[in-house]
Amino acid sequence: MHPADNPLVSHPPKKGLLKVLLAIIRRAMRPLTESALALLPIVLVIGFFQLVVLRQPIPNMGQMLWGTVLVLLGLALFVRGLEMALFPIGEEMAYNFVRKGNLWWLLIFAFTLGFGTTVAEPALIAIAQEAARIAASGQVIENTAAAQSSYAIGLRLTVALAVGVALVVGVFRILKGWPVQYLIMGGYLGVVVMTFFAPPEIIGIAYDSGGVTTSTVTVPLVAALGIGLAHSIHGRDPLIDGFGLIAFASLTPMIFVMAFGMLI
Amino acid sequence: MDGLISFAYSLLAMLRDVVPIAAILFGFQILVLRQRITNPARVGVGMVFVLIGLTLFLQGLEMALFPLGRLMASQLTAPEFIFGVETAVLQKVVWLDYIWVYVFAAAIGFATTVAEPALLAVAIKANQVSGGTITVKGLRFAVAIGVAVGVALGVFRIVTGTPLHWYIISGYVAVIIQTAFAPKSIIPLAFDSGGVTTSTVTVPLVAALGLGLAETIPGRSPVLDGFGLIAFASLFPIMAVMGYAQLVEWKARRVASHKKQA
Repeated sequence: MHPADNPLVSHPPKKGLLKVLLAIIRRAMRPLTESALALLPIVLVIGFFQLVVLRQPIPNMGQMLWGTVLVLLGLALFVRGLEMALFPIGEEMAYNFVRKGNLWWLLIFAFTLGFGTTVAEPALIAIAQEAARIAASGQVIENTAAAQSSYAIGLRLTVALAVGVALVVGVFRILKGWPVQYLIMGGYLGVVVMTFFAPPEIIGIAYDSGGVTTSTVTVPLVAALGIGLAHSIHGRDPLIDGFGLIAFASLTPMIFVMAFGMLI
Repeated sequence: MDGLISFAYSLLAMLRDVVPIAAILFGFQILVLRQRITNPARVGVGMVFVLIGLTLFLQGLEMALFPLGRLMASQLTAPEFIFGVETAVLQKVVWLDYIWVYVFAAAIGFATTVAEPALLAVAIKANQVSGGTITVKGLRFAVAIGVAVGVALGVFRIVTGTPLHWYIISGYVAVIIQTAFAPKSIIPLAFDSGGVTTSTVTVPLVAALGLGLAETIPGRSPVLDGFGLIAFASLFPIMAVMGYAQLVEWKARRVASHKKQA
């Protein structure tokens, strides 16, 4: 038999090289097309409102296109990095903590992760400064730079403390296998009760602070940690017990910030 | 050259966010767990990908979409656009005049959520864990629809000036009722998707819209009314995701009963 007809012999290198190249290009393009699909709605919405509703030309076309290319590349790289680093490390650490069998270290880790990732979060720093400015103009605190900065730092520490506590409670819940909804409802009740006692200026900020705490690097890590814990503990379902940590982390800051507003 | 300098600057800023996280992770891994990291080269390269990827992502948004989106938010809420050039002083606000603002709020809420990297991460995990029952696209669309409804309603609240907490409390009541009927396995994921929606892409544009409205409408103060939109954007996805799960379950049941009849 001629070697080229034999299916067991590898293909001649010329044809194979092309195929391999095509496969590589296709593999590299797949995340790019996926990020393109993710980005398409924003481009459409902004284009439609600019051209049809506001009837104005798109400014700086070159810069717009270049920026869009950067966004596409960035999202594709981020997703690849998730699968290579953030997901495996979160799950591995969860597994190691369960194998070590020391509850206290796990809870200390959960608190440190929550507190440490939140206290330096740029969105939170921005909101805290804004809130301090508002508090000073509303004469809640003295209208001095020192008073404002200590208010802003107090607010940041409060939110970071809240997220740390949220992760501790959330991890404890996974270990115990409690249903998430009862704890969440308890949290809702806390938010509602606090709303009636907290000063009105703090309510909007408190409600928003729940949403801004969870950053793009923390979320995948925390999700992987929860799922890893649920995987390594016998009798826990990753879907039912693994998720829920982020939910706590966006609920407790509302309660804590309203308490902060009442104390000041 | 300018682009390169600003890239280096944002890379440094991103590094400042990631370094504490990495320090906590590796500190515990080495000092407490006393374990080596499996495949350290791969994890290292992955961390670099996350770092550069997020920097490029934000840099690109800052160059292309954010300035135009913010400008748009202020133009759409400007009285000249809503009432025509001749009405210089606003006397009374009729909520129906703001129809384009609601449409824009819903559209931009939907669009930014679909592009949110943190949501993508959770959707990928949920897809793996559920064995494919929850699709990455399905979850993201459900969440995006939730954010769209939430932000539009939040904008309506700012225009009408009704108190924020009544909306949020009624939202809680609706979520609690829905929790009783939704499939048990979706509930934690639904609550989680409330928290992840509002991140790097959504917050800057949605916050600009809220503050713009609160500044231009007479009788609203940016202090009391400008905040609160993000709270809407994290409440409504919870309902949308539970609704999505109920729809999937209902469809599956209908197919099953069809098969039985045949």
